[in-house]
Amino acid sequence: MQYLIDQFTDKIRAAAGERKPLRIRGAGTKDFYGHFTPLHLHAFGLSDVLDPTAYTGVVDYEPTELVVTARCGTRLTDLEAELSNHRQMLAFEPPHFGPGATIGGCVAAGLSGPRRPTAGAVRDFVLGVRMLDGKGDDLSFGGRVMKNVAGYDVARLMTGSLGTLGLLLEISLKVLPLPAMELTLQIPLTEAEAIRRMNLWAGKPLPISATCFYGGQLMLRLSGAEPAVGAARAIIGGEEVSDAAGFWVSVREQQHPFFSMGKPLWRLSVKSTTPPLSLPGTQLIEWGGALRWLAADDEGEAVQTAVRTAARSAGGNATLFRHAASSLTVFHPLAPGMMKITRRLKEKFDPAGILNPGRMYPEL
Amino acid sequence: MNAFELAAQLRAFLPSEAVLHEIEDVRPYECDGLSAYRQLPMVVALPRTEEEVVEIVRRCHAANVPIVARGAGTGLSGGALPHSEGLLLSLAKLKRILEIDPVARTACVQPGVRNLAISEAAAPHGLYYAPDPSSQIACTIGGNVAENSGGVHCLKYGLTVHNILHLRVVTIEGDILEIGSDGLDAPGYDLLALMSGSEGMLGIVTEVTVKLIPRPEKAQVVLAAFGDVRAAGNAVANVIAAGIVPAGMEMMDQITTRAVEEFIHAGYNLEAAAILLCESDGGAEEVAGEVRQINDIMMKSGAIDIRISRDEVERLKFWAGRKAAFPAAGRISPDYYCMDGTIPRKNLASILSGIEALSAEYGLRCMNVFHAGDGNLHPLILYDANRPGELELTEEFGARILQMCIDAGGTITGEHGVGVEKINQMCAQFKPGELEMFHAIKAAFDPSGLLNPGKAVPTLRRCAEHGAMHVHQGKEKFPELPRF
Repeated sequence: MQYLIDQFTDKIRAAAGERKPLRIRGAGTKDFYGHFTPLHLHAFGLSDVLDPTAYTGVVDYEPTELVVTARCGTRLTDLEAELSNHRQMLAFEPPHFGPGATIGGCVAAGLSGPRRPTAGAVRDFVLGVRMLDGKGDDLSFGGRVMKNVAGYDVARLMTGSLGTLGLLLEISLKVLPLPAMELTLQIPLTEAEAIRRMNLWAGKPLPISATCFYGGQLMLRLSGAEPAVGAARAIIGGEEVSDAAGFWVSVREQQHPFFSMGKPLWRLSVKSTTPPLSLPGTQLIEWGGALRWLAADDEGEAVQTAVRTAARSAGGNATLFRHAASSLTVFHPLAPGMMKITRRLKEKFDPAGILNPGRMYPEL
Repeated sequence: MNAFELAAQLRAFLPSEAVLHEIEDVRPYECDGLSAYRQLPMVVALPRTEEEVVEIVRRCHAANVPIVARGAGTGLSGGALPHSEGLLLSLAKLKRILEIDPVARTACVQPGVRNLAISEAAAPHGLYYAPDPSSQIACTIGGNVAENSGGVHCLKYGLTVHNILHLRVVTIEGDILEIGSDGLDAPGYDLLALMSGSEGMLGIVTEVTVKLIPRPEKAQVVLAAFGDVRAAGNAVANVIAAGIVPAGMEMMDQITTRAVEEFIHAGYNLEAAAILLCESDGGAEEVAGEVRQINDIMMKSGAIDIRISRDEVERLKFWAGRKAAFPAAGRISPDYYCMDGTIPRKNLASILSGIEALSAEYGLRCMNVFHAGDGNLHPLILYDANRPGELELTEEFGARILQMCIDAGGTITGEHGVGVEKINQMCAQFKPGELEMFHAIKAAFDPSGLLNPGKAVPTLRRCAEHGAMHVHQGKEKFPELPRF
């Protein structure tokens, strides 16, 4: 498969030589996500495409080591099926947002699903990467072991960098055993009471693995050994839900009716105890209160200001997650000191500034 | 700038007792936990506030004076070794717990707060801070961030990087960075990950918000003895294969159990080649079920003797032996040198037999303690620094162990950091382009190279000059550099 890496290298070097933007794009399931998205670039004919999906396959997987290494083009569905054969999983429960989603895109986007608050995010499970930087240099960071403090943690830096720092070639991830059992409870509550209880329960040793509040109903998933789940169920109460697996997939994949309103979708990442936020639109809460989705009434500047201010004062940040060709900034603006370091890092990894320019911030 | 000039500049805004430069005053700072390396700093400063840290950093930046940050000085790789022409910046006086939020389950603390003090402050709420490095009674959270410290429970509960939410960081240019957030993520690049384990090379941490988690209702430990090391290694794999992620999974070899048993009386089987401590935590019924499962797996894996802690006293007694491994090394040998490699666990038996062979070759004894769950090996080489040449032999022995770890697909440091100790081994683990990228990352934060210079990442020149360079597949690693 080295010939593929050679092709990618040549393409990056050629683009760097001409200073012509190159957009790294796998299956394109997350084309909607980001500031100046690949769709924009494509519409303007501004960039060439680097499609790494042919670089596919699991390089190494030993279930008893709890580590899998896969090439970037490996489909998430294939990887998850392979893990499932050994009763293991990607514990961060990544959204696919389409049938062809790849592990490279998953790590580059850095998005995690319902299990995130208790299990951890994508970046928590990334152990190592092999990558090509903006000069086409083939570099490896981290490794295939759980504990490794040799050198700076570039593998986690790459996670969520949206292809602006390099092309991920291979990724090593920690995996976890599938829980022995899962069940989901439904409890009718007010928003304020749901937030209070999610935080209260998270402070107890209960095997809660997902929460979602919408339309006056709190859905809460328990995962673990049978006695632990049984004991927790008795404490929490509520009614057991049928087809719970389908419900959590619909939330993760944004197929739930809340996400189908066709309105601009904001993602507010806030302190979990933040009281109900009063914003123009409808909300859905995940992650024990730490994630608030807002289907906003409109795309106006006033809404943007209100959302950013609310997120900021709740100790967090807001992302315009899905939008219709908006001119608004997608990611929460960085403070000047942070932008200074961010810009310098970008220059070190991609001196010609060719990799996914503008995808994260207009100035990157 | 000389010591007097720097001290005078700092005394302009710091009380005189917070600026040290007399030799007898700076002597206590000459080394960290790796005492084989010693260096007196030019000046020591002990700020009490973030404003003072910013002002110190600004003055040093303007005068081009290197800064080495230090917490409790418990590090084992010389990361806090002073610079002869630099300032030793002690964060020990920034030791206030600013807030415990029991509902949001977070603690906001200054960098000089001790690791264990966080868990103690959270205990009334049934919460604790999970990473528990063995030095947790003394080491500070600022140092934990700098080293990305782990502990015996990190397979299940993660390292420092998994348990922090937010940092305030002073850059060498005097900017204050807010990295992370009170939520579960932050926009832009993951600088929180970059800061974790960066060994004081990128910025000075002045505030840390950590996650607190609920203390499990119960914990119980299975103590299993094995007739050979391979069987013990297989038992670990079998536990994982059964879908169990133990709260702790530790292994000790015979030389270690014999050394600790003599004064701890933990009740270890001294005929066993290796013993395993496997801990389960959670709800009472859950633990009971998991312990039964672990017990069965140990039996099927060939354990010659199994004991299950009957109560909290016995659980702590079983652990006491493991926690006394380092002091035990100190009892049976004038000096010991603690190594810190990580390997894919399946290679354990071959690494241990490799270490045994090296032990015979060098005529030096070696105790092996192993965070078996996550593959992190701590060989303790026993030596006598008063015998001429023995330290050098010990270091060579250690370097060869680390090379075996790299060859086995592992790493030269799992949790102790590179510091000055393993800087040459970095040349064996990384290619020139990778080392250059590390230097570039440092330059993005610290363009003038004043923060902890010379640590953690070797220059390419140093790698070329370092004798223990390795030729892979007939290709030299640094063909572009001259040989000496």
